[in-house]
Amino acid sequence: MIWRVEVRQKDGVLDPIGASVARDICELGFDAPDVRVVWVYLLEGDISREEIKRIAGELLIDPVVEEYSFDLKRPPQSGSRHVIEIAYNLGVMDPVEASTIKGIRDLGIMGVKAVRTARQYHIDGQFSDKELGLITNRVLMNKLVQQVVGDPSHIPASLGLSGPPVSKFDVLVVDLAAAKDRRLMEISKAGQLYLNLDEMRAIRKYFKKEGRNPTDVELETIAQTWSEHCRHKTFRGTIRYRESKTARPRIIRSLFKTTIAAATSKLNKKWCVSVFHDNAGIISFDKDYNVCFKVETHNHPSALEPFGGANTGVGGVIRDILGTGLAAKPLCNTDVFCFAPPETPAADLPKGALHPKRVMKGVVSGVRDYGNKMGIPTVNGAIVYDKHFAGNPLVFCGNVGIIPRGKEIKRVRQGDLVVAVGGRTGRDGIHGATFSSGELTSASETVSSGAVQIGNPIEEKKVLDALLKARQAGLYSAITDCGAGGFSSAVGEMGEKTGARIDLDRAPLKYQGLKYHEIWISESQERMVMAVPPENIERLLKIFEAENVEAAVLGEFDGSGRLQLFFHGQQVADLDMSFLHDGLPQIVKEALYQKTALKKEKLPRRSLDLTPELCAALGHYNVASKESVIRIYDHEVQGTSVVKPLVGPCTDGPSDAAVIRGRLGHPQGVAVANGINVRFGMIDPFWMAASCVDEAIRQIIAVGGSLDRIALLDNFCWGNPDKPDRLGSLVRCAQGCYKAAMSFGTPFISGKDSLYNEYTHKGKSLAIPGTILISAIGHIDDVGRCVTMDFKKAGNSIYAVGTTADDLGGSIYLENSGQLGSCVPKVDFKTASRIYRALERATKAGLLASLHDCSEGGLAVALAEMAFAGGLGATVLLERVPYKGKQRREDVVLFSESNSRFIAEVPGSQEKALAKIFKGLPLAKIGTVEAGPEFIVYGLKDKPVINARIDELKEVWKSPLR
Amino acid sequence: MIPNVKVIIIRTAGTNCNEETSFAFRSLGASVEEVHIKALIDGARFLRDYHILALPGGFSYGDDIASGRILANELRLKLLEDIRQFIREGKLIIGICNGFQILTKAGILPGLELNSGQEATLFYNDSAKFEDRWVHLKVEGRCVWTRSLPQQIYLPVAHGEGKFIPRDRQVLETLAANGQIALRYCSADGGRPSYPDNPNGSMENIAGLCDTTGRILGLMPHPERHFLFEQHPFWTRLAKKSPFGDGAKIFENGINYVKENLLH
Repeated sequence: MIWRVEVRQKDGVLDPIGASVARDICELGFDAPDVRVVWVYLLEGDISREEIKRIAGELLIDPVVEEYSFDLKRPPQSGSRHVIEIAYNLGVMDPVEASTIKGIRDLGIMGVKAVRTARQYHIDGQFSDKELGLITNRVLMNKLVQQVVGDPSHIPASLGLSGPPVSKFDVLVVDLAAAKDRRLMEISKAGQLYLNLDEMRAIRKYFKKEGRNPTDVELETIAQTWSEHCRHKTFRGTIRYRESKTARPRIIRSLFKTTIAAATSKLNKKWCVSVFHDNAGIISFDKDYNVCFKVETHNHPSALEPFGGANTGVGGVIRDILGTGLAAKPLCNTDVFCFAPPETPAADLPKGALHPKRVMKGVVSGVRDYGNKMGIPTVNGAIVYDKHFAGNPLVFCGNVGIIPRGKEIKRVRQGDLVVAVGGRTGRDGIHGATFSSGELTSASETVSSGAVQIGNPIEEKKVLDALLKARQAGLYSAITDCGAGGFSSAVGEMGEKTGARIDLDRAPLKYQGLKYHEIWISESQERMVMAVPPENIERLLKIFEAENVEAAVLGEFDGSGRLQLFFHGQQVADLDMSFLHDGLPQIVKEALYQKTALKKEKLPRRSLDLTPELCAALGHYNVASKESVIRIYDHEVQGTSVVKPLVGPCTDGPSDAAVIRGRLGHPQGVAVANGINVRFGMIDPFWMAASCVDEAIRQIIAVGGSLDRIALLDNFCWGNPDKPDRLGSLVRCAQGCYKAAMSFGTPFISGKDSLYNEYTHKGKSLAIPGTILISAIGHIDDVGRCVTMDFKKAGNSIYAVGTTADDLGGSIYLENSGQLGSCVPKVDFKTASRIYRALERATKAGLLASLHDCSEGGLAVALAEMAFAGGLGATVLLERVPYKGKQRREDVVLFSESNSRFIAEVPGSQEKALAKIFKGLPLAKIGTVEAGPEFIVYGLKDKPVINARIDELKEVWKSPLR
Repeated sequence: MIPNVKVIIIRTAGTNCNEETSFAFRSLGASVEEVHIKALIDGARFLRDYHILALPGGFSYGDDIASGRILANELRLKLLEDIRQFIREGKLIIGICNGFQILTKAGILPGLELNSGQEATLFYNDSAKFEDRWVHLKVEGRCVWTRSLPQQIYLPVAHGEGKFIPRDRQVLETLAANGQIALRYCSADGGRPSYPDNPNGSMENIAGLCDTTGRILGLMPHPERHFLFEQHPFWTRLAKKSPFGDGAKIFENGINYVKENLLH
């Protein structure tokens, strides 16, 4: 029996959720209607009328502001013109279900079996059916995960997805032995395996040797293990690289080993504890703890379902940290996004792509939901806007964790039990790993909808709580997360040396009826796999039970060297682990990097009033305040934040790196920063990489970090690497990473790549601009000595640190005049390193009142931000700025985005000491902090070229994304 | 040996400010135990063994259905008698953020008459958004936890459902008359706040409440997040006069009250 309960607000109670839906409708260009939201609960089970009254009255409503009705015979008389009810599709996890069932059982009502929820929107306004359709699809739901309930008064027969339990079944065998090449590729395509011909042939050969054909689940396992997502075939394979079509190719055997990993191994820092081979890179922190850092992308799912994609992206990277060593505890999140500009006309979007505003709203909410509910502060991030991301937005999710020394070592031992903990397994996210290894098309939303999911952060929080207790008790020998590829990937990886025997029917399921291969490759969220010595299993299960987390023994790491899967006693897979892990045929890919012919920038006529240009730079989406996003993230939970994302007396100034303590009550901390600039990459990917490394490092220096203790992460997001030009620029970018890491002495400790970011539409392939995100983590000895970017005191001197050159290529200034330019900022590594060390000495000696790095928008934006963040004016003389270049013009000096530069604020009493530290380095006093609100910059001819009030500048900077 | 002030921090699925709350009490000399609600319900732990009960912030059970609702029901249905006894014995309770939502929805706050059900609620912010921001608060009333605090303090809030709404006008008037309003949002200069100084649209700008005894405090702002000087959002502009921030005194008051009244 199914009851339907509707919860609505009492008359006179303000409905903020309805009002926010009305605002969204208004943004579509309609007059804002009045919208009220009614919450619908469908409750299935053996529940009496009296019981349903109790459930509604004591659990589902807030008696102060809400009322309920139930058992409706007819649709409610709301007086509204339109009623639209939206429910999750069957098969999509309803995040509210589990806790609602718990709440009902707490009332002593045990008959409840299933719960589904829906939202009913009562919209008062004149809308045609077509307009309502638009509102429904653009504001109220995403059809990948939700649907309109046709007739709310119709109550379904059952809420569940349960089919009959599978006890009799056939093992599906795929005939490879007889398959010719064409058939092999058909099999790959039909099964969404994304395997190429060489790979299919290798598989055919292996099974020929085994004397049989593969089962479907064996093929799936191989496809997942060999996917680009899991194997990084491009980075680890062989590349023939040329810089012109006629040049002799250079053979690169593993781009990863020869660039990223080579730098780390040559630098050989003793504080690097574990690099590249675990879920996250680990570096030392204090005498008792290490910290680890990982950043991942979740681009493909976020393109289709922004909320769910970003939500599970955050959940996934947190699980990476939980699965690092023997489990680290998450300290903070950092998230970086690339979207098309919010005002992109719908007509300019590729077919099937969601509007960037919607993507942004969903992504930000998804991050907020998971991060906040897990109790992990989101302390830092960036948002980049560029029209090229219209079909493929980028979503980078990062997490820093802390782990006791000694707990970084994990090793599966023969005889350990395979234990799955956390969420149950359903049909969610089948084919995620292989799906992200191919291009998106307008059909992706239908083909791949199974790969889109919604997370359940509270389940993961429970896993975290239980896990840290089990770790402390030392009850398991290894752990990893279930990410892409689900059990297949987790068990396959953990059992590489030992082999594993798994009984798939022992996995706890969300609903009956799953087939064996679905259980094996499902990507249901919030699951981890552990290797547990049999003698510890009882204690381990007890700990998980005490935290209400499900744990199930699936099998054993048995020492057979084979992966053997059983379902109800029948064997469904038997693979040699060494074939699975080493049988992937070597791939050779062609790469061609040709310098793009770029138009040299055309500077406007020299102007004596650059205030409008400064305002345009401050108002550019990439520069403009992200406060509206930052505030909806809890950036202070755990109490560790020291340099918050927003600083200054009005808590609205844009800080550089975020600083958090590692442990409450201890002075050590970490600084976290990101460097990203896609426009530099359009000019030269090598200098994009170097500039991003420089940017990430200088943000850490800006808060008081040390160049000797900075580790880096790389995240490459590129187009299809099977196309030589895409791969050529990728190689060039990786070379830039190598050069920068070596020159600065900052090792990479982990990284990731997301390739195939292309959107095929009407036969035309649109690729994203090759984008690298460099994330940096710096050690802070004493958080009490950190510096922030807001001007502190009138009368202090303003210094420019570093040399400005005519590096306008890729700058905001040129973009605002519709140009890209050609002169990309380079990095003088030697001077930059000396500047960073000098600044470190200056901050340690307490010489600086404030310090801010110059990045997008150059000197002008940095100075303005420092002034309005501190609520103080400034007088600046441009002629004093250290400059090296051909065109010494006001606009060039103000807006050039040369690397390795800062603005520093120095009290008069410290100027001498600073000069001493900077002897021989580019440093110049360029002005004074003023008590009044005027922000005045004198040009090269001693006439003011910028004259504005800080409150006006701040408003220009705050309004675009408010 | 001086007997210890014993604090129990109740946690469950989705509780997430337990560690910093624990740190605050421990730093001031209390002994703290973080206990899963299940252990209290199953009788593995007993409330009577502690002097202070703290319900920390977080998203208990995901704040599904409504913030704090499911844990509030759990307290009301499974532990109410123990909690009443705890209060009768003159002990202290503090509920921060989600803890305040729980105490209110369980009918423990404002607690005008026990058994009368829910007298107030904390509902969606007017902005319909979760927001993390710092707020100025006016300290008033007769709450044990906020004694001798400066007239105005500065703490962060981080919530999506913090709008205080009383059941009716009478509840509001009684709260004021009883001195149960402990904290109100105000502007930086102590004046009447508008958004975002009042971050959620709370009626009468109410940010924190105590019960009729003054020993049970519920508040939306997070004192444990301004426990240390360097947690202040612009500490780099301030002279460090003490290692502590504005929130520390609240925890100190609780501990001192126990020392003066319950430990002999």
